[in-house]
Amino acid sequence: MNDIILYTRSLGKRYGKRWAVKNLDLEVQRGDVYGFLGPNGAGKSTTIRMILSLVKPTTGETVIFGHSLVSHRTKALRQVGGIVEKPDFYLYLSAYKNLEIVGALCGGIPRARIDEVLELVGLRDRASDRVKTYSHGMKQRLGIAQALLSDPELVILDEPTSGLDPQGMKEVRDLILHLSRDRRKTIILSSHLLSEIELVANRMVIINKGEVVVHGEVNTLLDQGEKYVIIQAEPRDKAASVLRRQKKIIRQIKEKEGKFEVIMDFQDIPLLNRSFVRAGVDIRALIPRRSLEDLFLSMTESETEAAR
Amino acid sequence: MIRLIYYELVKVFLKKRTYLGFGIVLLIVPLVEVAMKLEGGRFLTMAMRGLARDFFFFGSLFNGWFVSHQIMNSLWFHIPLLISFVAGDQLAGEATSGTYRLILIRPVSRSRIFLAKYITTVMYTILFVFFLAGLSIGLALLLFGRGDLIILLRGILILPEADVAWRFGIAYLVAVWAMITIASLSFFFSSFVENAIGPIVATMGILIIFSIISVLPVELFEIPKKFLFTRHLNLWQKIFQDPVPWNEVQTGFWHLGVWTLASVLGAWGVFVKKDILS
Repeated sequence: MNDIILYTRSLGKRYGKRWAVKNLDLEVQRGDVYGFLGPNGAGKSTTIRMILSLVKPTTGETVIFGHSLVSHRTKALRQVGGIVEKPDFYLYLSAYKNLEIVGALCGGIPRARIDEVLELVGLRDRASDRVKTYSHGMKQRLGIAQALLSDPELVILDEPTSGLDPQGMKEVRDLILHLSRDRRKTIILSSHLLSEIELVANRMVIINKGEVVVHGEVNTLLDQGEKYVIIQAEPRDKAASVLRRQKKIIRQIKEKEGKFEVIMDFQDIPLLNRSFVRAGVDIRALIPRRSLEDLFLSMTESETEAAR
Repeated sequence: MIRLIYYELVKVFLKKRTYLGFGIVLLIVPLVEVAMKLEGGRFLTMAMRGLARDFFFFGSLFNGWFVSHQIMNSLWFHIPLLISFVAGDQLAGEATSGTYRLILIRPVSRSRIFLAKYITTVMYTILFVFFLAGLSIGLALLLFGRGDLIILLRGILILPEADVAWRFGIAYLVAVWAMITIASLSFFFSSFVENAIGPIVATMGILIIFSIISVLPVELFEIPKKFLFTRHLNLWQKIFQDPVPWNEVQTGFWHLGVWTLASVLGAWGVFVKKDILS
């Protein structure tokens, strides 16, 4: 199960003097749902564009199913399907005709397969409608349909839940899990939401400013480092007293901007909560946090500040 | 490859802008021909007023062949403009709509996609020029009847009716060749940009600039003039000379061919190396 079906070596892309992606080494194993996480502008889409041969790398290479994208592009992409950023189509054509066009580029796809993928994404009834009449969510689903059309072993989805409502996001997540578990697809899923990756991916990489910040098993990464709970409670002196009494479960207490940051295991949160209730302390907020979230939030915040 | 071309044709012929050119031709040609019919050949009478003193003309020289020949003059500017609407959209249109991201991630080489698109462009160009030919000749013969063809170009030449049909056939073939050069040039510009307006403007700009240079009596331009494709856009007119200067036709043919090849190779070079950022 651990054979590598896609890897990049020193992959880099420079635009003028700026490196959008620099020395990126990725390894995707068969069966992975591989989370590709980073704030906006981190280089995720540039990397995916390089992996799908839309953009020529300045340095390094991508090897897919043992074929270099530089020397054997066609062979490398034979078992790959994908969406890059928002899915765009020939708006004046029907969904069915769009998929026929994609099918022709994949070497010819039987009509039954087109029907099958349209059924899978719930668009069978609207197949003959022009895509310009579709909502954003429907286009997103059609994007997934075209990615799956040739029944590829590797599916690359670039921000597939972008712009969807919560229900739409859940449907896409469920579809990804279905593809991974029931159809044995390997999936690369890019996102700027850690929570999204956490829900579906088994391995992940976080990139920022075009470079890898951290990578590994999702559970390992989430478990490692400090876990703490942010507590906002009233009255504060009473709450502080309760916290000081819980020496068995609390390793460290910090007070910051009127809140407590308490280092402890998340499994002990109910126990602490009961102590607060017994002492007559009102809990305003109780937020479990992990260092990986902090790391990611700090990257996202710095990106937002830079944008301002 | 046939499948790729088929779907490129589907894309082109299910798009409204494709029919813009056909629509304009369908509107303009009957309009011009009906107007000429109503005018009753006054234009020809005026042009020949001086000659009438020295020559007798038998039969009607204001006939379908004459009108069709006049309409062929639209091949200078109007038809290239209409062709560049579609040719200029071939690559740039994919960039504008974001569909490069849909088609260029497939296990098919960019060169094959390029070739399918180019062949489609050529097929459209051929169809469009022959549509113009069929409509203008067919309607003109219907409205004005047949007769000898009078050519008013640097003098007067009257070609007997039996000697006209084949000339129109060859002239339109030559015109197709020239329009393929225009389409290729537009296709070339289309490979650079992400908006279909750019290639249309660039093609027409080149056409206008080259046409001006071609007629300017400036010594500095004498050598460059020889290499401009616009010198040969009127190649079809040579087919109506008597005798036909086949050597000149051949030279023009090759000249246009070189421009076509250079445009296509240039577009291919840009397309296969292009980073898709749209």
